Amino acid sequence: MDFSFLWQGLLSITWQQLVMYVIGGLLIWLAIEKGFEPALLMPMGFGAILVNLPLSGVIDQFSAGVGETHGIIQWLFEVGIEASEAMPLLLFIGIGAMIDFGPLLANPKLFLCGAAAQAGIFLTIIIAVLCGFDLKDAASIGIIGAADGPTSIMVSQVLHSDYRGAIAVAAYSYMAMVPIIQPFAIKLVTTKQDRAMKMPYKPQGVTRRMRIFFPIVVTVIAGLVAPASVALVGFLMFGNLIRECGVLSTLSNTAQNDLANLITLLLGITISFSMKADQFVQWQTLMIMGLGLVAFILDSVVGVLFVKVLNIFTPNNKINPMVGAAGISAFPMSSRVIEKLGQEADSQNHLLMHAIAANVSGQIASVVAGGVVLQYFANLG
Amino acid sequence: MSENLIHALEMLGQGMLGIFVVLGIIALLVVLMGKLGGGK
Repeated sequence: MDFSFLWQGLLSITWQQLVMYVIGGLLIWLAIEKGFEPALLMPMGFGAILVNLPLSGVIDQFSAGVGETHGIIQWLFEVGIEASEAMPLLLFIGIGAMIDFGPLLANPKLFLCGAAAQAGIFLTIIIAVLCGFDLKDAASIGIIGAADGPTSIMVSQVLHSDYRGAIAVAAYSYMAMVPIIQPFAIKLVTTKQDRAMKMPYKPQGVTRRMRIFFPIVVTVIAGLVAPASVALVGFLMFGNLIRECGVLSTLSNTAQNDLANLITLLLGITISFSMKADQFVQWQTLMIMGLGLVAFILDSVVGVLFVKVLNIFTPNNKINPMVGAAGISAFPMSSRVIEKLGQEADSQNHLLMHAIAANVSGQIASVVAGGVVLQYFANLG
Repeated sequence: MSENLIHALEMLGQGMLGIFVVLGIIALLVVLMGKLGGGK
Protein backbone atom coordinates (compact mmCIF):
# COMPACT_ATOMS: atom_id res chain seq x y z
CA MET A 1 0.00 0.00 0.00
CA ASP A 2 1.27 3.47 -0.90
CA PHE A 3 1.47 5.74 2.13
CA SER A 4 3.16 8.63 0.34
CA PHE A 5 -0.08 10.68 0.43
CA LEU A 6 0.50 11.13 4.17
CA TRP A 7 3.65 13.23 3.70
CA GLN A 8 2.87 14.65 0.26
CA GLY A 9 1.75 17.96 1.79
CA LEU A 10 4.71 18.13 4.16
CA LEU A 11 7.20 17.58 1.36
CA SER A 12 5.68 20.26 -0.85
CA ILE A 13 6.05 23.05 1.74
CA THR A 14 8.34 25.78 0.42
CA TRP A 15 10.67 27.88 2.59
CA GLN A 16 8.55 30.93 1.72
CA GLN A 17 5.50 29.18 3.17
CA LEU A 18 7.47 28.37 6.32
CA VAL A 19 8.26 32.09 6.62
CA MET A 20 4.54 32.83 6.32
CA TYR A 21 3.74 30.39 9.15
CA VAL A 22 6.21 32.29 11.32
CA ILE A 23 4.66 35.63 10.27
CA GLY A 24 1.17 34.25 10.91
CA GLY A 25 2.27 33.04 14.34
CA LEU A 26 3.85 36.41 15.06
CA LEU A 27 0.62 38.25 14.17
CA ILE A 28 -1.41 35.90 16.37
CA TRP A 29 1.09 36.44 19.22
CA LEU A 30 0.98 40.23 18.81
CA ALA A 31 -2.83 40.09 18.81
CA ILE A 32 -3.24 37.81 21.82
CA GLU A 33 -0.23 38.57 24.02
CA LYS A 34 0.32 42.24 23.19
CA GLY A 35 -3.27 43.22 22.42
CA PHE A 36 -2.26 44.82 19.07
CA GLU A 37 -5.50 45.30 17.05
CA PRO A 38 -6.52 41.71 17.94
CA ALA A 39 -9.76 41.84 15.96
CA LEU A 40 -7.79 42.24 12.73
CA LEU A 41 -4.32 40.86 13.36
CA MET A 42 -5.52 37.56 14.83
CA PRO A 43 -7.69 36.64 11.78
CA MET A 44 -4.94 37.90 9.46
CA GLY A 45 -2.35 35.77 11.24
CA PHE A 46 -4.52 32.67 11.15
CA GLY A 47 -5.44 33.38 7.53
CA ALA A 48 -1.76 33.74 6.63
CA ILE A 49 -1.23 30.15 7.80
CA LEU A 50 -4.44 28.93 6.17
CA VAL A 51 -3.75 30.25 2.66
CA ASN A 52 -0.15 29.04 2.73
CA LEU A 53 -0.80 25.39 3.46
CA PRO A 54 0.19 23.38 0.38
CA LEU A 55 -2.77 22.96 -2.00
CA SER A 56 -4.86 24.87 0.52
CA GLY A 57 -8.57 24.30 0.07
CA VAL A 58 -9.39 27.90 1.00
CA ILE A 59 -8.04 29.19 -2.31
CA ASP A 60 -8.85 28.05 -5.84
CA GLN A 61 -6.85 24.99 -6.90
CA PHE A 62 -6.57 22.84 -9.98
CA SER A 63 -5.74 19.16 -9.82
CA ALA A 64 -5.66 16.71 -12.70
CA GLY A 65 -8.02 14.24 -11.07
CA VAL A 66 -10.67 16.66 -9.78
CA GLY A 67 -10.34 19.71 -12.00
CA GLU A 68 -10.85 23.19 -10.60
CA THR A 69 -12.04 23.66 -7.02
CA HIS A 70 -13.03 26.99 -5.48
CA GLY A 71 -11.78 28.19 -2.12
CA ILE A 72 -13.80 30.21 0.37
CA ILE A 73 -11.14 32.83 1.21
CA GLN A 74 -10.46 33.52 -2.46
CA TRP A 75 -14.21 33.82 -3.06
CA LEU A 76 -14.60 36.19 -0.11
CA PHE A 77 -11.70 38.28 -1.42
CA GLU A 78 -12.96 38.40 -4.99
CA VAL A 79 -16.53 39.26 -4.01
CA GLY A 80 -16.03 41.29 -0.85
CA ILE A 81 -12.91 43.27 -1.69
CA GLU A 82 -11.79 42.92 -5.30
CA ALA A 83 -15.12 43.28 -7.07
CA SER A 84 -16.71 46.01 -5.00
CA GLU A 85 -14.54 46.99 -2.02
CA ALA A 86 -17.74 46.13 -0.13
CA MET A 87 -16.09 44.97 3.09
CA PRO A 88 -13.98 48.06 3.87
CA LEU A 89 -16.86 50.30 2.80
CA LEU A 90 -19.47 48.52 4.91
CA LEU A 91 -17.08 48.73 7.85
CA PHE A 92 -17.15 52.50 7.42
CA ILE A 93 -20.89 52.53 8.17
CA GLY A 94 -20.12 50.95 11.52
CA ILE A 95 -17.20 53.30 12.19
CA GLY A 96 -19.33 56.34 11.28
CA ALA A 97 -22.01 55.16 13.69
CA MET A 98 -19.41 54.94 16.47
CA ILE A 99 -17.97 58.45 16.10
CA ASP A 100 -19.16 61.39 18.16
CA PHE A 101 -18.14 64.51 16.24
CA GLY A 102 -19.40 66.73 19.07
CA PRO A 103 -15.96 67.84 20.40
CA LEU A 104 -14.88 68.76 16.88
CA LEU A 105 -18.09 70.65 16.11
CA ALA A 106 -17.55 72.60 19.33
CA ASN A 107 -14.04 73.65 18.18
CA PRO A 108 -14.01 73.69 14.36
CA LYS A 109 -10.50 75.19 14.25
CA LEU A 110 -9.21 71.69 15.00
CA PHE A 111 -10.42 70.52 11.57
CA LEU A 112 -7.12 71.96 10.33
CA CYS A 113 -5.12 69.53 12.51
CA GLY A 114 -6.73 66.60 10.73
CA ALA A 115 -5.85 68.09 7.37
CA ALA A 116 -2.22 68.85 8.25
CA ALA A 117 -1.47 65.42 9.69
CA GLN A 118 -2.22 63.79 6.34
CA ALA A 119 1.02 65.26 4.95
CA GLY A 120 2.82 62.10 6.07
CA ILE A 121 0.90 60.19 3.39
CA PHE A 122 2.15 62.35 0.54
CA LEU A 123 5.69 62.72 1.86
CA THR A 124 5.88 58.93 2.14
CA ILE A 125 4.64 58.57 -1.44
CA ILE A 126 7.60 60.71 -2.53
CA ILE A 127 10.02 58.62 -0.45
CA ALA A 128 8.52 55.38 -1.84
CA VAL A 129 9.00 56.67 -5.39
CA LEU A 130 12.60 57.55 -4.54
CA CYS A 131 13.01 53.98 -3.24
CA GLY A 132 12.03 52.73 -6.69
CA PHE A 133 8.38 51.78 -6.23
CA ASP A 134 5.95 52.24 -9.11
CA LEU A 135 3.69 55.31 -8.65
CA LYS A 136 0.54 53.29 -7.86
CA ASP A 137 2.38 51.09 -5.37
CA ALA A 138 4.00 54.18 -3.84
CA ALA A 139 0.58 55.82 -3.42
CA SER A 140 -0.81 52.65 -1.84
CA ILE A 141 2.15 52.51 0.55
CA GLY A 142 1.78 56.20 1.43
CA ILE A 143 -1.84 55.61 2.41
CA ILE A 144 -0.60 53.52 5.35
CA GLY A 145 -0.03 56.99 6.84
CA ALA A 146 -3.79 57.54 6.83
CA ALA A 147 -3.68 55.35 9.96
CA ASP A 148 -6.91 53.94 8.67
CA GLY A 149 -7.00 50.21 7.82
CA PRO A 150 -10.11 50.13 5.61
CA THR A 151 -8.89 53.14 3.57
CA SER A 152 -5.47 51.49 3.10
CA ILE A 153 -7.11 48.26 1.96
CA MET A 154 -9.48 50.07 -0.40
CA VAL A 155 -6.91 52.37 -2.03
CA SER A 156 -4.35 49.59 -2.52
CA GLN A 157 -7.09 47.41 -3.99
CA VAL A 158 -8.45 50.08 -6.37
CA LEU A 159 -4.91 50.87 -7.54
CA HIS A 160 -4.22 47.11 -7.97
CA SER A 161 -1.07 47.31 -5.88
CA ASP A 162 1.01 44.14 -5.79
CA TYR A 163 1.62 44.70 -2.08
CA ARG A 164 -1.92 44.70 -0.65
CA GLY A 165 -1.14 42.12 2.01
CA ALA A 166 1.96 43.90 3.29
CA ILE A 167 0.13 47.24 3.25
CA ALA A 168 -2.78 45.88 5.30
CA VAL A 169 -0.42 44.27 7.82
CA ALA A 170 1.62 47.48 8.12
CA ALA A 171 -1.48 49.68 8.46
CA TYR A 172 -3.01 47.65 11.27
CA SER A 173 0.28 46.89 13.03
CA TYR A 174 1.31 50.53 13.22
CA MET A 175 -2.18 51.63 14.28
CA ALA A 176 -1.77 49.30 17.21
CA MET A 177 1.70 50.71 17.87
CA VAL A 178 0.59 54.35 18.00
CA PRO A 179 1.25 54.46 21.78
CA ILE A 180 4.89 53.61 21.03
CA ILE A 181 5.46 55.52 17.77
CA GLN A 182 3.75 58.82 18.55
CA PRO A 183 5.49 59.71 21.85
CA PHE A 184 8.84 59.20 20.11
CA ALA A 185 7.83 61.33 17.09
CA ILE A 186 6.23 64.06 19.22
CA LYS A 187 9.23 64.35 21.53
CA LEU A 188 11.45 64.83 18.47
CA VAL A 189 9.78 68.17 17.72
CA THR A 190 8.48 69.44 21.07
CA THR A 191 10.01 70.70 24.30
CA LYS A 192 8.63 69.91 27.76
CA GLN A 193 7.32 73.48 27.81
CA ASP A 194 5.39 72.83 24.56
CA ARG A 195 3.89 69.67 25.98
CA ALA A 196 2.89 71.40 29.20
CA MET A 197 0.94 74.12 27.36
CA LYS A 198 -2.59 74.18 28.78
CA MET A 199 -5.70 74.69 26.69
CA PRO A 200 -8.90 75.78 28.36
CA TYR A 201 -11.81 73.53 27.48
CA LYS A 202 -15.01 75.45 26.98
CA PRO A 203 -17.64 72.95 25.97
CA GLN A 204 -20.09 74.63 23.66
CA GLY A 205 -23.52 73.32 23.00
CA VAL A 206 -23.77 71.50 19.70
CA THR A 207 -27.31 71.48 18.47
CA ARG A 208 -29.02 68.36 17.24
CA ARG A 209 -29.69 70.13 13.96
CA MET A 210 -25.96 70.74 13.51
CA ARG A 211 -25.16 67.09 14.24
CA ILE A 212 -27.69 66.02 11.59
CA PHE A 213 -26.58 68.53 8.95
CA PHE A 214 -22.90 67.78 9.52
CA PRO A 215 -22.66 64.34 7.82
CA ILE A 216 -24.71 65.58 4.88
CA VAL A 217 -22.57 68.71 4.46
CA VAL A 218 -19.32 66.70 4.71
CA THR A 219 -20.50 64.24 2.06
CA VAL A 220 -21.57 66.97 -0.38
CA ILE A 221 -18.41 69.08 0.04
CA ALA A 222 -16.06 66.09 -0.19
CA GLY A 223 -18.03 64.77 -3.15
CA LEU A 224 -17.82 68.06 -5.04
CA VAL A 225 -14.09 68.58 -4.48
CA ALA A 226 -12.93 64.95 -4.66
CA PRO A 227 -15.64 62.78 -6.25
CA ALA A 228 -13.52 59.65 -5.84
CA SER A 229 -13.84 60.05 -2.08
CA VAL A 230 -17.63 59.77 -2.14
CA ALA A 231 -17.79 56.05 -1.44
CA LEU A 232 -15.44 56.32 1.55
CA VAL A 233 -16.76 59.58 2.97
CA GLY A 234 -20.36 58.80 2.08
CA PHE A 235 -20.46 55.48 3.91
CA LEU A 236 -18.67 56.96 6.94
CA MET A 237 -21.14 59.83 7.06
CA PHE A 238 -24.12 57.59 6.36
CA GLY A 239 -23.21 55.66 9.52
CA ASN A 240 -22.88 58.92 11.42
CA LEU A 241 -26.25 60.19 10.18
CA ILE A 242 -27.88 56.97 11.37
CA ARG A 243 -26.32 57.65 14.80
CA GLU A 244 -27.26 61.31 15.02
CA CYS A 245 -30.72 61.37 13.44
CA GLY A 246 -32.22 60.11 16.68
CA VAL A 247 -34.92 57.98 15.09
CA LEU A 248 -32.82 54.95 14.12
CA SER A 249 -31.34 53.86 17.40
CA THR A 250 -31.78 50.16 16.59
CA LEU A 251 -30.01 50.54 13.25
CA SER A 252 -27.33 52.67 14.91
CA ASN A 253 -26.69 49.96 17.49
CA THR A 254 -26.65 47.29 14.77
CA ALA A 255 -24.14 49.30 12.71
CA GLN A 256 -21.89 49.97 15.71
CA ASN A 257 -21.94 46.41 16.98
CA ASP A 258 -23.27 43.63 14.77
CA LEU A 259 -22.31 45.06 11.37
CA ALA A 260 -18.89 46.29 12.46
CA ASN A 261 -18.12 43.02 14.25
CA LEU A 262 -19.30 40.85 11.37
CA ILE A 263 -17.28 42.75 8.78
CA THR A 264 -14.23 42.90 11.04
CA LEU A 265 -14.52 39.14 11.59
CA LEU A 266 -14.45 38.50 7.85
CA LEU A 267 -12.14 41.32 6.75
CA GLY A 268 -9.03 40.07 8.52
CA ILE A 269 -9.25 36.52 7.26
CA THR A 270 -10.29 37.70 3.79
CA ILE A 271 -7.35 40.09 3.40
CA SER A 272 -5.06 37.17 4.22
CA PHE A 273 -5.67 36.03 0.65
CA SER A 274 -3.15 38.70 -0.35
CA MET A 275 -0.62 37.16 2.07
CA LYS A 276 0.25 34.19 -0.09
CA ALA A 277 3.95 33.36 0.25
CA ASP A 278 4.85 34.12 -3.36
CA GLN A 279 3.43 37.66 -3.03
CA PHE A 280 4.42 38.41 0.55
CA VAL A 281 7.89 36.95 1.04
CA GLN A 282 9.95 39.49 -0.85
CA TRP A 283 12.32 42.22 0.22
CA GLN A 284 9.78 44.91 -0.75
CA THR A 285 7.59 43.78 2.18
CA LEU A 286 10.34 44.85 4.59
CA MET A 287 10.63 48.18 2.79
CA ILE A 288 6.86 48.67 3.04
CA MET A 289 6.98 48.00 6.79
CA GLY A 290 9.75 50.61 7.07
CA LEU A 291 7.92 53.14 4.91
CA GLY A 292 4.73 52.64 6.92
CA LEU A 293 6.62 53.55 10.06
CA VAL A 294 8.05 56.62 8.32
CA ALA A 295 4.52 57.65 7.29
CA PHE A 296 3.24 57.47 10.88
CA ILE A 297 6.23 59.47 12.17
CA LEU A 298 5.87 62.12 9.46
CA ASP A 299 2.12 62.45 10.16
CA SER A 300 2.87 63.21 13.79
CA VAL A 301 5.82 65.52 13.13
CA VAL A 302 4.02 67.57 10.47
CA GLY A 303 0.90 67.77 12.66
CA VAL A 304 2.95 69.22 15.53
CA LEU A 305 4.88 71.64 13.31
CA PHE A 306 1.67 72.83 11.65
CA VAL A 307 0.18 73.78 15.01
CA LYS A 308 3.39 75.58 15.98
CA VAL A 309 3.09 77.71 12.82
CA LEU A 310 -0.64 78.23 13.36
CA ASN A 311 0.07 79.47 16.90
CA ILE A 312 2.25 82.26 15.49
CA PHE A 313 -0.82 83.64 13.71
CA THR A 314 -3.24 83.13 16.59
CA PRO A 315 -1.25 84.18 19.70
CA ASN A 316 -4.40 84.66 21.81
CA ASN A 317 -5.87 81.26 21.07
CA LYS A 318 -2.93 78.87 21.07
CA ILE A 319 -3.25 75.14 20.62
CA ASN A 320 -0.93 72.70 22.38
CA PRO A 321 1.36 71.55 19.51
CA MET A 322 0.85 67.91 20.48
CA VAL A 323 -2.82 68.19 19.53
CA GLY A 324 -1.64 68.52 15.91
CA ALA A 325 -0.24 64.99 16.11
CA ALA A 326 -3.69 63.70 17.07
CA GLY A 327 -4.93 64.63 13.60
CA ILE A 328 -4.44 61.04 12.42
CA SER A 329 -7.20 58.52 12.11
CA ALA A 330 -6.03 56.16 14.85
CA PHE A 331 -8.88 56.72 17.28
CA PRO A 332 -8.85 56.81 20.27
CA MET A 333 -5.23 55.67 20.70
CA SER A 334 -3.76 58.94 19.48
CA SER A 335 -5.96 61.04 21.80
CA ARG A 336 -4.88 58.95 24.78
CA VAL A 337 -1.20 59.41 23.85
CA ILE A 338 -1.61 63.20 23.79
CA GLU A 339 -3.44 63.22 27.13
CA LYS A 340 -0.72 61.04 28.69
CA LEU A 341 2.15 63.15 27.36
CA GLY A 342 0.40 66.33 28.51
CA GLN A 343 0.04 64.94 32.01
CA GLU A 344 3.63 63.76 32.08
CA ALA A 345 4.71 67.35 31.37
CA ASP A 346 2.25 68.85 33.87
CA SER A 347 -0.05 66.73 35.99
CA GLN A 348 -2.76 69.42 35.76
CA ASN A 349 -2.72 69.49 31.97
CA HIS A 350 -5.83 67.90 30.45
CA LEU A 351 -5.84 67.79 26.66
CA LEU A 352 -8.08 64.80 26.03
CA MET A 353 -11.13 66.60 24.62
CA HIS A 354 -9.01 68.74 22.29
CA ALA A 355 -7.09 65.69 21.15
CA ILE A 356 -10.34 63.80 20.53
CA ALA A 357 -11.57 66.68 18.35
CA ALA A 358 -8.37 66.60 16.26
CA ASN A 359 -8.52 62.80 16.18
CA VAL A 360 -12.05 62.63 14.73
CA SER A 361 -11.07 65.35 12.27
CA GLY A 362 -8.27 62.97 11.23
CA GLN A 363 -10.87 60.29 10.59
CA ILE A 364 -12.60 62.52 8.05
CA ALA A 365 -9.32 63.80 6.63
CA SER A 366 -7.91 60.29 6.12
CA VAL A 367 -10.83 59.16 3.99
CA VAL A 368 -10.68 62.43 2.04
CA ALA A 369 -6.95 61.78 1.56
CA GLY A 370 -7.74 58.32 0.20
CA GLY A 371 -10.27 59.93 -2.12
CA VAL A 372 -7.92 62.63 -3.42
CA VAL A 373 -5.23 60.04 -4.15
CA LEU A 374 -7.74 57.99 -6.16
CA GLN A 375 -8.95 61.21 -7.80
CA TYR A 376 -5.39 62.01 -8.88
CA PHE A 377 -5.10 58.69 -10.70
CA ALA A 378 -8.59 59.10 -12.19
CA ASN A 379 -7.52 62.47 -13.61
CA LEU A 380 -4.27 60.99 -14.95
CA GLY A 381 -6.40 58.84 -17.22
CA MET B 1 13.83 64.31 -12.21
CA SER B 2 11.89 61.13 -12.96
CA GLU B 3 8.32 61.28 -14.18
CA ASN B 4 7.11 59.33 -11.13
CA LEU B 5 8.75 61.82 -8.79
CA ILE B 6 7.06 64.71 -10.58
CA HIS B 7 3.71 62.92 -10.22
CA ALA B 8 4.41 62.30 -6.52
CA LEU B 9 5.21 65.96 -5.96
CA GLU B 10 2.05 66.93 -7.87
CA MET B 11 0.09 64.54 -5.68
CA LEU B 12 1.53 66.22 -2.58
CA GLY B 13 0.45 69.64 -3.83
CA GLN B 14 -2.97 68.65 -5.12
CA GLY B 15 -3.65 66.25 -2.26
CA MET B 16 -2.87 68.65 0.57
CA LEU B 17 -4.70 71.47 -1.23
CA GLY B 18 -7.73 69.23 -1.73
CA ILE B 19 -7.78 68.10 1.92
CA PHE B 20 -7.37 71.63 3.28
CA VAL B 21 -10.08 72.95 0.94
CA VAL B 22 -12.55 70.21 1.92
CA LEU B 23 -11.90 70.45 5.65
CA GLY B 24 -11.60 74.24 5.55
CA ILE B 25 -14.99 74.63 3.87
CA ILE B 26 -16.54 72.16 6.29
CA ALA B 27 -15.04 74.05 9.25
CA LEU B 28 -16.39 77.35 7.92
CA LEU B 29 -19.83 75.85 7.43
CA VAL B 30 -19.75 74.45 10.96
CA VAL B 31 -18.85 77.90 12.29
CA LEU B 32 -21.68 79.37 10.20
CA MET B 33 -24.16 76.78 11.46
CA GLY B 34 -23.02 77.56 15.01
CA LYS B 35 -23.56 81.28 14.47
CA LEU B 36 -27.02 80.73 12.97
CA GLY B 37 -27.63 78.57 16.03
CA GLY B 38 -31.16 77.89 17.12
CA GLY B 39 -32.70 74.46 16.96
CA LYS B 40 -32.24 71.95 19.72
